[in-house]
Amino acid sequence: MSTDEPVAAPEKAAPEKAAPEKRAEKPGDSFMAQFTHNLWSANTVTVTVLSIVLAMVIGAILIIVSDSEVLKTFSYITARPSDALNASWNVVSAAYADLFKGAIFDPAAVSAWFDGSGTWQQAFTPISETLTYAAPLVFTGLSVALAFRGGLFNIGGQGQAVIGTITAAVAGFTFGLPVVLNLIVALLAGLIGGAVWGFIPGILKARAGAHEVIVTIMLNYVGLLFLGWLILQDGIQDPNRTDAISKSVAKSAQLPSFGGELRVNLGIVVAVLVTAAVAWLLNKSAFGFELRAVGANPLAARTAGISVGKTYTLLMVVAGGLAGLGGATQVLGTAYALTPAVAGNIGFDGLLVALLGRNRPWGTLLAAILFGALRAGGNRMQSFSGISLELVTVLQALIVIFIAAPALVKTIFHLRAARSARLGASMAKGW
Amino acid sequence: MSTATVEELAEVVAPNRFWDRQRRLGAGVTFVGVLAIVLFGSLAPSETAKFTISQDASGAAIKINGQLGAYVFGVIALAAGIAMLAGVAKRWQTTLLGVGIVAFVLSFLCWQVAGKFLPLVDTASGTLQLAMPLILGALAGVLGERSGVVNVAIEGQFLMGAFGAALVGTMATSVWAGLVSAAIGGAIIAAMLAVLAIRFLVDQVVVGIVLNLFALGITGFLYERLMQPDAQKYNQPPAMPTWSIPGLSKIPVVGPVLFQSNLLVWLALILVVVIHFALSRTRWGLRTRAVGEHPTAADTVGIRVRGLRYTNVLLGGLIAGAGGAYFTLVATGSFNKNMTSGAGFIALAALIFGRWTPFGALGAALFFGFAQKLATYLSAVGSPVPSQFLNMLPYLATIVAVAGLVGRVRAPAADGVPYVKS
Repeated sequence: MSTDEPVAAPEKAAPEKAAPEKRAEKPGDSFMAQFTHNLWSANTVTVTVLSIVLAMVIGAILIIVSDSEVLKTFSYITARPSDALNASWNVVSAAYADLFKGAIFDPAAVSAWFDGSGTWQQAFTPISETLTYAAPLVFTGLSVALAFRGGLFNIGGQGQAVIGTITAAVAGFTFGLPVVLNLIVALLAGLIGGAVWGFIPGILKARAGAHEVIVTIMLNYVGLLFLGWLILQDGIQDPNRTDAISKSVAKSAQLPSFGGELRVNLGIVVAVLVTAAVAWLLNKSAFGFELRAVGANPLAARTAGISVGKTYTLLMVVAGGLAGLGGATQVLGTAYALTPAVAGNIGFDGLLVALLGRNRPWGTLLAAILFGALRAGGNRMQSFSGISLELVTVLQALIVIFIAAPALVKTIFHLRAARSARLGASMAKGW
Repeated sequence: MSTATVEELAEVVAPNRFWDRQRRLGAGVTFVGVLAIVLFGSLAPSETAKFTISQDASGAAIKINGQLGAYVFGVIALAAGIAMLAGVAKRWQTTLLGVGIVAFVLSFLCWQVAGKFLPLVDTASGTLQLAMPLILGALAGVLGERSGVVNVAIEGQFLMGAFGAALVGTMATSVWAGLVSAAIGGAIIAAMLAVLAIRFLVDQVVVGIVLNLFALGITGFLYERLMQPDAQKYNQPPAMPTWSIPGLSKIPVVGPVLFQSNLLVWLALILVVVIHFALSRTRWGLRTRAVGEHPTAADTVGIRVRGLRYTNVLLGGLIAGAGGAYFTLVATGSFNKNMTSGAGFIALAALIFGRWTPFGALGAALFFGFAQKLATYLSAVGSPVPSQFLNMLPYLATIVAVAGLVGRVRAPAADGVPYVKS
């Protein structure tokens, strides 16, 4: 949780100063600045890269052992080892090639575009898919990351996102406002819904000392069950359907997509703007200073005159609102109607994204894009190579396990002892 | 660290207020009593509610007029609440609380069952069946958390257990091989949790959540790669046999519920007693509690803190994995993706609601199991009460418990804090 870094560390704050100033002019610049900055804090990057590599290796082993054709060649590996190795290589490389083609770009589609036999949309489909899946994760990831910095562990991103989908969708098909206004109101509704769901653990923590992890875990399921009940009610359920699906949000409340058949929508743009806003809130605003102070040492913060309870409550409201926006992006950007699984797993994925992004706003954005890429590529891998999409979940979990245990990665690769990644023992605390 | 701060603050500000725990509880019970009278009493039709001993509407039954019953039990709950508010019979507070809650539930049942019937034996045994994985999962939590390792990965241990039971049970065509491999499946996740939390000092809640996703992913992946293409070969485990103990199973109501059941139920109940006594009466138990409350002190007197934590977390993994076997060997008969669907978190809720004690966890698990069973019953008879709200009950009850509205629940002091020898 990088409690070592944020508060009262002027010598460390200095290199970061350059980034926010440029950020005001060109978001792309600060992105790079942040990236290079992260690159120079070498071990973070090394551990991240090695974690991804390790996860891919374990994923490859899983692909091999679950393929009966390949396993057959292993039965005579001593006689003809090349068979087993070739078969393993073929199945793994095909799977990971599809992962790449589905996530970043497919050479065939690009050359077809240059030939004129394909459209530019086809060439950009992989990127579009990646960004589409990344957008909600940015919000839920920021929600978790921000709460982390204030010393709170927001596991309730899932529940807050679910409530966000509900309020956003209901606002989207109820009010029928004019074009731009309808979308803004629906997004705000998602924000407020999530904020209310975040307020509950915040106030309980501040007033009664109830541990936010327990309360948010429980609220996740309360929210999910509430959604399951709500979509079967009159006025919410699609009158033409008997199954559990709500009415669709009005066209004017949907996040507009770019370039015709591409799915990528305004959500990712909002996500980048919100990342900038969160970065400002965290590093430049008075509230950001307070929350970092509370996160670093609540006792010291209280002595310094900061109301710890108020900070916790407000922080959970903001975190909940961010997760709610994630839910809103999901339902207004891609799903358009409420179903029991409309929020998917974005809340829990957001947790992984925040850990991978080292609880920093721009890091979280990058991590969300990586997760979006894995998900988009996973879809192609499933349909082209027949490898279950669940492999992506395994990869994501493994990456984060290795990230969270930098000592483990160091041990495996015999890395030189150096300042470890910003996660580890400092974060551990009890109920 | 931060929790303690806020807690202490609240206690310093109000050391001895009028609204102490008993009065707040009393107010709560009074409120539900009024609710029962006003809502359940007026809504209940004046028809006979039958609580049958047998499985169908005929046969021996306890009969009561639904409306009358709703009123009577509502008044009992109200009386218990007022007695607690007035502060009479302070020694019997817990009993009064119990009476109030039971009367409230009975009033609710009278309303719902009026004009219909509720098979008691079926409800009780269903409750026990549904509670059984929760008991085992919560016991796994007790073992880990009393020695200071937070276990949020119960869900993942359930899933691995359920998967292992289905896979090995089918391949070996033996339910016992399935049960053993379920326990091993749970222990695999527990081992990962233990190594990452104890050796590599990663935040235990983080590890738990990530391991849940890992278990979800890996079981889902192997399910799609192995089980879906060839269910006959990999996903048709034999069902766990129901045994009846001769003699004892003939006792009315209690017999069929307790003594005509499967091994897992008995295992769960026996483990509750064993772990309770082991925790409070044995050397291992004393050491476990010492390590969970004050590891430095325990280390000073020569207890191996990390070793004990490893042992306990792994034992917990075995138990939770066996609990996961319920889903494939008892409940459904085949594995499915994400089939535990949050049961591990209900077990976590039972652990917390039961105040990190074996018998508390048992009580909480039975309560949650009853709520689930009632939810299925009510949706089967077409009740206006939505089953989703009854299913929320475990989660809401836990929030109320940790918020200290009904007395505070307290985790072991060193729960979740890794021990680093200095």
